[in-house]
Amino acid sequence: MSKKYCAVPFLVWLAAGTVIPFAMILYYGLTDRTGAFTLNNILAIFQPIHGQALGLSLLLALISTVICLLLAFPLAMILKDSNLGRRGFIIFIFILPMWMNFLLRTMAWQVILEKGGIFNTVLAHLHLPALTIINTPAAVVLGMVYDFLPFMVLPIYNAMMKIDDSIVEAAYDLGAGKSTVLRRILLPMSIPGIASGITMVFVPSLTTFVISNILGGGKIYLIGNIIEQEFTTSANWNLGSGLSLVMMLFIIVSMAALNALDKNGEGNFI
Amino acid sequence: MKKIFTSVYLILILLFLYLPILTLMVFSFNESKSMFRWTGVSLKWYREMFRDSQMLSAIFNTFSIALVSAAVATVIGTLASIGILAMRKKTQNFIMGLNNIPLLNADIVTGISLMLTFIAFGFYLNWGTVLLAHITFSIPYVILSVMPKLKQVGPASYEAAQDLGASPAYAFWRVVIPEIRSGIVTGFLLSFTMSVDDFVVTHFTRGAGINTISTLIYSQVKVGIRPTLFALSTVIFVIVLIVLTIANVASDRGAEEDDFFYEVAQG
Repeated sequence: MSKKYCAVPFLVWLAAGTVIPFAMILYYGLTDRTGAFTLNNILAIFQPIHGQALGLSLLLALISTVICLLLAFPLAMILKDSNLGRRGFIIFIFILPMWMNFLLRTMAWQVILEKGGIFNTVLAHLHLPALTIINTPAAVVLGMVYDFLPFMVLPIYNAMMKIDDSIVEAAYDLGAGKSTVLRRILLPMSIPGIASGITMVFVPSLTTFVISNILGGGKIYLIGNIIEQEFTTSANWNLGSGLSLVMMLFIIVSMAALNALDKNGEGNFI
Repeated sequence: MKKIFTSVYLILILLFLYLPILTLMVFSFNESKSMFRWTGVSLKWYREMFRDSQMLSAIFNTFSIALVSAAVATVIGTLASIGILAMRKKTQNFIMGLNNIPLLNADIVTGISLMLTFIAFGFYLNWGTVLLAHITFSIPYVILSVMPKLKQVGPASYEAAQDLGASPAYAFWRVVIPEIRSGIVTGFLLSFTMSVDDFVVTHFTRGAGINTISTLIYSQVKVGIRPTLFALSTVIFVIVLIVLTIANVASDRGAEEDDFFYEVAQG
């Protein structure tokens, strides 16, 4: 018996669970309710409501990815240098919240930011004016940053831990200042980590409907919310599939761009 | 000066990460139903949680699906790794490309595509369809954990065992499996975690009848948060803390679980 046959159950599963479902989306996205071919479901992205949702999704995903990167990079540098206890333990503390149920973590911010919630009670005690953050795009960005920050910290930290300390020491010996070491060594050598961190924050932020639903109070429409509604409440699967295809295109483009960045980064180093 | 700055930075990030969770935990002990008034310490919401039949069945569904899907995915994925490595390089690359689709794709697309398929083929959406969906997104993780180990081991010891008179099945069971055990364990744990944590795919494939912990939270958040959810948060956090602390302490001795931490986080 050839070993190849071991893969048969998997291949069947791959066909049934990945290939056919993808074909289904393609089919629904390119046909109308009667089953006739149409591009309307794809072109529907140009309708103001859908286009705006996609635009807002891209904007919020971009903002939260940048914030995550700005928070995570210094953190990873500090963790790399730190001798705070054992190496495994300190990083463990920073990724522990990731194992907490994602919905509970998002819900926590709803509880905190609610009108008359803890956040505003604290502000009132400090004699500061109340801030309405809940149900605004700011709350959604906050939720994205909170939920996905560990996904940015870990890959950057891993990439930095792979940098040989002797390279950094050699740079200092050769007269490089701190900023030169950061610019010429730490940053370029952690680009593979940064690239995978960006993917892991940007893609879920771009496609989420949960965070915008919980922290946007049903008033913030991201492309994920539109698609989800087409499949649940409005039951227009064709439109939902068409818009998903458009969304996938944006995911593929952004990932291809990041892959190129990753390769360039390694190329520069060599 | 620099030291103060870095400490302040670390503390601020830790507060940002943990304050929301701590808030939920504190309010789980509040006697009042209102989040805005503290009327005294009580365990009432914990009692109510354990009497809530919806909550209990959601917990049961979550763990039964996670356990079965991780087990099935581990078997299929391990066998698949062996089979794929026996194929020609070109075929390997093609199959691995397909295998990566669910890993890279957005959850929402995986969810709706599976939902469309289940409905098109006349499946009734229930516990079983959620299970099938979870197996589907778990297999790639198993393959990605087992395949590198298998490559590392190489065919030599398997062939040696057969030269010494072992049947292929015996050689596989006694020689190959022990050598790739750490990859298999990692794959299983990854699948289990992914399944417990999943909301989006479950949301689209569950139908109306069943809830997992995640879908129950989602529906309750939409109609109004009850303090039983705070009690649930506390219980989940404490369990996660205990399990991961044990795993972390254990991983000091071997690097296996360490890999697991990073791989889970790498998605």
